[in-house]
Amino acid sequence: MQKITRDQLITKAVELLSNGTVSAVLGWQKGEFDYDITPAVFTTEEEIKNNFVYNDFCGANFSKYLVAKTKKLEGKILVFLKPCDTYSFNQLLTEHRFDREKVYAVAIGCEGMADVVKLKNKVDGIISIDYKDDAMYVDTLYDGTVKVDYADVLAERCINCKSKKCVAYDELMGEDGEVIDSARFDEVARLEAMTPDERFAFWQNELSRCIRCNACRDACPACTCEKCVFDNPNSGVENKAPANSFEEQMFHIIRAYHVAGRCTDCGECSRVCPQNIPLHLLNRKFIKDINECYGEYQAGAEVGSRAPLVDYTEGDLEPGEVFERGDNNA
Amino acid sequence: MQMKEYKPLIVAFCCNWCSYAGADLAGNNRLNYPADVKIIRVPCSCRVNPMFILRAFQRGADGVILCGCHPGDCHYTSGNYYTRRRMAMLFSMLDYLGIERERTRVEWVSAAEGAKFAATMNDFVAQVTALGENKRLEDLRCKR
Ligand code: SF4
Ligand code: SF4
Repeated sequence: MQKITRDQLITKAVELLSNGTVSAVLGWQKGEFDYDITPAVFTTEEEIKNNFVYNDFCGANFSKYLVAKTKKLEGKILVFLKPCDTYSFNQLLTEHRFDREKVYAVAIGCEGMADVVKLKNKVDGIISIDYKDDAMYVDTLYDGTVKVDYADVLAERCINCKSKKCVAYDELMGEDGEVIDSARFDEVARLEAMTPDERFAFWQNELSRCIRCNACRDACPACTCEKCVFDNPNSGVENKAPANSFEEQMFHIIRAYHVAGRCTDCGECSRVCPQNIPLHLLNRKFIKDINECYGEYQAGAEVGSRAPLVDYTEGDLEPGEVFERGDNNA
Repeated sequence: MQMKEYKPLIVAFCCNWCSYAGADLAGNNRLNYPADVKIIRVPCSCRVNPMFILRAFQRGADGVILCGCHPGDCHYTSGNYYTRRRMAMLFSMLDYLGIERERTRVEWVSAAEGAKFAATMNDFVAQVTALGENKRLEDLRCKR
């Protein structure tokens, strides 16, 4: 459960709105169900009081929304950022994607967010969810009230959270944390240790489920190009092609490639994928390679740092040598 | 019935200033390298977007090789340094997806290295021939 409550956030939002600091608030509102939370822009106190929600399913990373929302805005917009979102926030500032002056950022301490899919795998027919201190109490259609431990539905990205430190904000609510030495590269290493055939089979199995909804691209805070290569009707990969492995691989390699060195590992791609494809494993592969070949780099840790793929040193390893690092299986 | 001999299709991206001139020199010196290598001239090895490489595979290439000036000798000073990082990351990712790592290569060939150009191509063609057809990155829609 989150230590910061809905009421605290509402009080903060109403305060900043009524004293004129901000003219709009980017927050969450309830969707059709208790667990599908929709990002929303609020401009009046009444709207906030009626519709604003905050709970363990508020996982959306708002930093990307700022690109569109600050464009025509008069005054400032209030945005709530989880620790991982603050990295994306910095990365977008590094790339000059929005005007910092138009944003009032409130970072909120985070206890880890829940994964809808994990919850749905545990309980059927969810009617509503009550967030208690010890666990979630889920009211269901068939089994009455079911108690679900927070730890059992914790999102993958939060199990392997890289940092609970907020790296950008105007104001901090709750406690700031530390950078965590997480096990986020373990799964990548496990794949690297497989044979090429096993890896190919693994990825075929995952990627062939892709329906090319482009949600992963649309949600990614690093994907902010106004024109995307995948919207080009001449690319041959703008749509899902049935029974064709190329189109899937092309899309996923290039999607991950375009954010290589800029991806903060916020985990939005995997969170939004309706097909549960572990897209973060592609991004993390690039992050791991970059760390190993060009030195540790965390995108978004500070504003203005130079991304590794737009940088070089004279002694960089040769492309043929990436396989000689000892971790890969021939 | 006689089996048709397998000949791989190789795409070689060559930078205008060094490797393309190296290929010319190989020709002038009457050095042999297989005709299965299709050269695409690019202004700099750094012009090669990772998508070009995938695209070549999509259109039926069995191997893709990228040649540029030796690091430090780039006509544009630093283009090939970026190429080096970019291709290292791309090749590693292709390998991660289970695509044969022998199908891609980067080689630095200067304008004076006609012999190296021919030898590199001979070696690469032999390597790809041994692997056989590209199955893992093929696009069925592009099959002839
Ligand atoms: S990754 Fe870390 S900061 Fe982000 S939602 Fe999960 S626990 Fe919170
Ligand atoms: S979100 Fe999932 S299904 Fe949609 S395009 Fe991305 S990988 Fe494919």
